[in-house]
Amino acid sequence: MKKMKYLLLRRVTQITLLVLYFGANAYGWHILEGTFGASKLFGFIPLADPYTTLQVLATGFVLGADVLLGALIITLFYFIVGGRAFCSWVCPINMVTDLANWLRRKLNLDKEEVNYRFLKRRARYWIMVLGLIVSAVVGVAAFEVLSPITIMQRGIVFGFGAGIAIVIAIFLFDLFGVKNGWCGHLCPLGASYSLIGKASLIRVNHDHEACTNCMECKIVCPENQVLHMINKESIMVTDGECTNCGRCIDVCGDNALGFSIRSFTKK
Amino acid sequence: MANSDNNRRKFFATTLQSVGLTALGGLLWSGYSDEVKASPLVLRPPGALKEDDFLKACIKCGLCAEACVNRDSNKNKDGSKRPGTLQMAKGGDHRMIGTPFFVPLEVPCYMCDDIPCVPVCPSGALDMPTLLNEKEELDINKARMGLAVVHKESCIAFWGIQCDACYRACPLLDEAITLEYHKNERTGKHAFLLPIVHSDVCTGCGLCEKACVTEEPAIFVLPIEQSTGKAGSHYVKGWDKKDQERVRDAKEIKTKNERSEKEAADYLNMEVEY
Repeated sequence: MKKMKYLLLRRVTQITLLVLYFGANAYGWHILEGTFGASKLFGFIPLADPYTTLQVLATGFVLGADVLLGALIITLFYFIVGGRAFCSWVCPINMVTDLANWLRRKLNLDKEEVNYRFLKRRARYWIMVLGLIVSAVVGVAAFEVLSPITIMQRGIVFGFGAGIAIVIAIFLFDLFGVKNGWCGHLCPLGASYSLIGKASLIRVNHDHEACTNCMECKIVCPENQVLHMINKESIMVTDGECTNCGRCIDVCGDNALGFSIRSFTKK
Repeated sequence: MANSDNNRRKFFATTLQSVGLTALGGLLWSGYSDEVKASPLVLRPPGALKEDDFLKACIKCGLCAEACVNRDSNKNKDGSKRPGTLQMAKGGDHRMIGTPFFVPLEVPCYMCDDIPCVPVCPSGALDMPTLLNEKEELDINKARMGLAVVHKESCIAFWGIQCDACYRACPLLDEAITLEYHKNERTGKHAFLLPIVHSDVCTGCGLCEKACVTEEPAIFVLPIEQSTGKAGSHYVKGWDKKDQERVRDAKEIKTKNERSEKEAADYLNMEVEY
């Protein structure tokens, strides 16, 4: 059970949030209303997604104060808990891509590591900037037009319709196409949270002394380029692309990994 | 030397490739987004900005739809639960995905006095100030979600059959729709009771469309931009003192073109190709 601790905690968090959002529409609960684009917590605290907010601003529309304040609250929150904690603890697509990833391992699809020449992990930052440019040119929040994240969430809250297709597409892309293709290469929302979390407080710490170099952590990590220090140095995972999912901590049999508070003092 | 040359060439090639692929992505993305936002025949919640601005502003959170759906008053006359008016566009609805809209034939807007859908809008896509009356109170009668249009060929009242379903269903009874009486020359002893929509009062709620008795409604709500024309500023109501003011200081403008070289009478006698 220890090997699943953070995985289970994440699933419980993700599903609880979806249930709360669902209840807001279906039963009129006032705990968490709206969608990830913009929400209301306890009926009065505004929350808004920073990247979505930027897209709307890019269209040239002067947004209401609620959204701006909401985006600020969310930015501060993830600045503390690790930007991409959104990706692994909140985002519903994470469950889809994690499933695809798990199946890849089960089906031995990972044995042949393919080098995707055109699809580098930094593509997401280009897409993030591009999304803002397209928003400005077309006059509509561009990523929101096709974001599988909000399409899936709205699907759960309001009904899917044909929108389920994009969720299936992401699943197939990650399973048979590129490993960690969506979350690790393309998603501009994840990219924006990578930037927000660059200096976040809660980070994974590596203890070089305890590590037996089994590489289990690198196998499960969806962003394993951030684990460059494994069996090399005892430092923290400071890369913003780390999603703080804690999967590496779960699978580590040597207690060489664990969450800790980032220290800003140089050793 | 050869190595650094190679590196430089590689660097330029990768940069060019990245820029090129970004441009490709940008074109596809822009094209797709522009196409999906082109669905003009969509009715928005009360207070919605003009469609173009609305699409910029709407953050697709669904708070308006949730406020609309969770009303205790969402009940049919027999007490059974009635679905809410506002829907969130899904894939396949052929409307900008994630934006709120309503279809009067399914569920029209029941024009709640407190307008629950508007104050919750965090982005300003639903603009509350446009719904405030002189006393600074929310007034649903100021909503302009659309405009009802009568197709007189399929409206049985225009056939001479007595029907005032839309007139009775209208929440602004005898204001947004009035009945115009005309003599029925065919029978010689009956009257036409013709429904006439007044665009300065109609809110576009769609209750008339829902109430219409014909197989396909003969009265239906269209977005304002699709259901109204525009005369243009060069037409002046000479009999209207206020309108006439617009041209008080107007000077005579002589237009000179091929036609104006001839006399008016010549022009009338001339064959013109349009």
